[in-house]
Amino acid sequence: MRTLSGWGRFPRADCRVIAPKDEAELRGAVASASSAIARGNGRSYGDSALNPEATLLLRHSDRILDFDPVSGRLEAESGVMLADIIKTFLPRGWFVPVTPGTKFVTLGGMIAADVHGKNHHRAGSFGDHVESLELMVADGRVLRCSAQENAELFDATRGGMGLTGVIRSAVFRMVKVESAFIRQEIVRTRDLAETMAAFEASQEWTYSAAWIDCLARGRNVGRSVLFRGAHARAADLPAGQHSNPFVFAERHPRRLPSGFPGFALNPWTMKAFNRVYYAANRPVSGIVDYDRFFYPLDALLEWNRLYGRHGLLQYQCVLPKSEALVGLTAMLDAVARAGAGSFLSVLKLLGLGRGMLSFPMEGYTLALDFPANPRTLDLLSRLDAIVAAHAGRVYLAKDARMRPEMMGGYCGLPAFRKARKAADPSGKFSSLQSERLGL
Amino acid sequence: MTTVLIVGARSDMARAIARSYARSGCELILAARNPDTLTADIADLKLRHGAAARAVAFDVLNTQQHGAFLGSLGTLPDTIVCVVGLMGDQAQSERDVTAADLVMRTNYTGPALLFAEAANRMAARGFGRLIGVSSVAGERGRARNYVYGSAKAGFTAYLSGLRQRLAQAGSKVQVMTVLPGFVRTSALADMETPGFLTAEPDEVAAAIRKAEAKGRERIYVRPVWRLVMAVIRGLPEPVFKKVKL
Repeated sequence: MRTLSGWGRFPRADCRVIAPKDEAELRGAVASASSAIARGNGRSYGDSALNPEATLLLRHSDRILDFDPVSGRLEAESGVMLADIIKTFLPRGWFVPVTPGTKFVTLGGMIAADVHGKNHHRAGSFGDHVESLELMVADGRVLRCSAQENAELFDATRGGMGLTGVIRSAVFRMVKVESAFIRQEIVRTRDLAETMAAFEASQEWTYSAAWIDCLARGRNVGRSVLFRGAHARAADLPAGQHSNPFVFAERHPRRLPSGFPGFALNPWTMKAFNRVYYAANRPVSGIVDYDRFFYPLDALLEWNRLYGRHGLLQYQCVLPKSEALVGLTAMLDAVARAGAGSFLSVLKLLGLGRGMLSFPMEGYTLALDFPANPRTLDLLSRLDAIVAAHAGRVYLAKDARMRPEMMGGYCGLPAFRKARKAADPSGKFSSLQSERLGL
Repeated sequence: MTTVLIVGARSDMARAIARSYARSGCELILAARNPDTLTADIADLKLRHGAAARAVAFDVLNTQQHGAFLGSLGTLPDTIVCVVGLMGDQAQSERDVTAADLVMRTNYTGPALLFAEAANRMAARGFGRLIGVSSVAGERGRARNYVYGSAKAGFTAYLSGLRQRLAQAGSKVQVMTVLPGFVRTSALADMETPGFLTAEPDEVAAAIRKAEAKGRERIYVRPVWRLVMAVIRGLPEPVFKKVKL
């Protein structure tokens, strides 16, 4: 028995953890538990990968099984870490088709949460690049799922939060790149309308995402720093680097000490940070390495401790484009009114979604984080109401507290339930989250 | 090219160690009772690091065959890492002689006799490196795991004696004792351990490679364990008897 939590360190639960070494052990673990959920590196924020009866830890199944250097087709066990994939294949000229904001996630976790990245408007979510996967279902069979075989189960599993079974391995396609660098442009906007216009104007860029100053009030509401980028070609690099485009000075990550006091993050420090951050990011263009562009927070290991011992609540929602201006303004107003302030607030324009339980849909997604406390819980309920009123939805991989009614935003839920029922009639695969939301 | 034999290759620690050597361009031989279970590991080493790697069958308990096994490898490997370990269930080991015997033979007799055979062959050749992954549990027998701990204590003592013998004989064969402390492996998945005392498998591999480079012969993976074990060893028996550790 071990006390586990998601990345937000809220909630915590005592779980029986089983780390199966191979297929036979996994089958044994699945057979002996009446309820179980797979867990990768524990980077979903809330209770998606917690099951007190049996939490199946897959991060030790991390072998790379096959790679085709012509097509970029990669097959790996689900526990392989994104950081390892990049470290192995980027020097050979290949990058992942989609990456979330941390590289400390497993392949299985990326598929289960159907993660998106700064290129969602062009590339879709990670699941869109998965060709096939092997899934152990409730009766212990391992099913190969792809667009041709078990297609419905394939759709339900990409974004299915582990509720269809345990992903054993997957095949996806990497993309060819010429360097380890991103050609980046920084655009500063003065309000929300300008920010949204900047996103629309950035549709041709491979990557775009904005940090939004959620403490700005009045006519500054929604002011942002938009980062847009594209993989740099070797020719884009400074003269000295043309011949070794994959070499850069690696950062040495620092670790946040345990016991970091939660009060260090308060409305005053947050406001100061937001001001300085906005002012410091002058509109420029330049070349940055992929690590700094995609994973700024990975430089601070265990940054989740920043919020003190009670943990943090991350809130990420998406609103349809047509509702975004009004809805986001209302949300930012609610946040500012609560004086809560989030110092990592990210806005991004998403492209079309895949349905079922996958989070992305066309519109604007906003991610905020707050210390876990009763005031935050109240605020998030108010944000839920705004999201629901504007036909939006909340991201399950970040959620730790929402109520079942909020699942109304997922129009693919009935189809998901049908597919899950067919593969797992007794509902063996479940998490504290799936029980809370009555999935 | 340096050839490294890893015995007990199915463990998470062994996989991290194999990857570390593969990254340095070594040739890997992975040994386990059933080499078919290592197919994915061999592919992984080749794909990640372009390493030459193969799997061989080996049973550490079959001590009569250790010599024949080493002979069957063709050339004697430059380095042999023994990651064999079986924690067993302490309560069961207390009741059941067969279970306790298996823990003892797996952690002590098997690895020690393999190294006995390998050391003689390496000494005759004139060079080689033996790396034994033992345990801090062998530093002082404790109620919660003394069957395992005593076997690891035996292995640690064996490595120490072997190292002294080879040094006094003027041999260039190196012997390293590795004391990992808690490691976040599948075996410990369900155990609550203090974070600052718990290493990732990759850390064990890194510590071994660093010790190799510096010529260190007895290492704790996380330095804090040196202090922790000094305190535990230093407790007077009347006190030790009463504390729960």
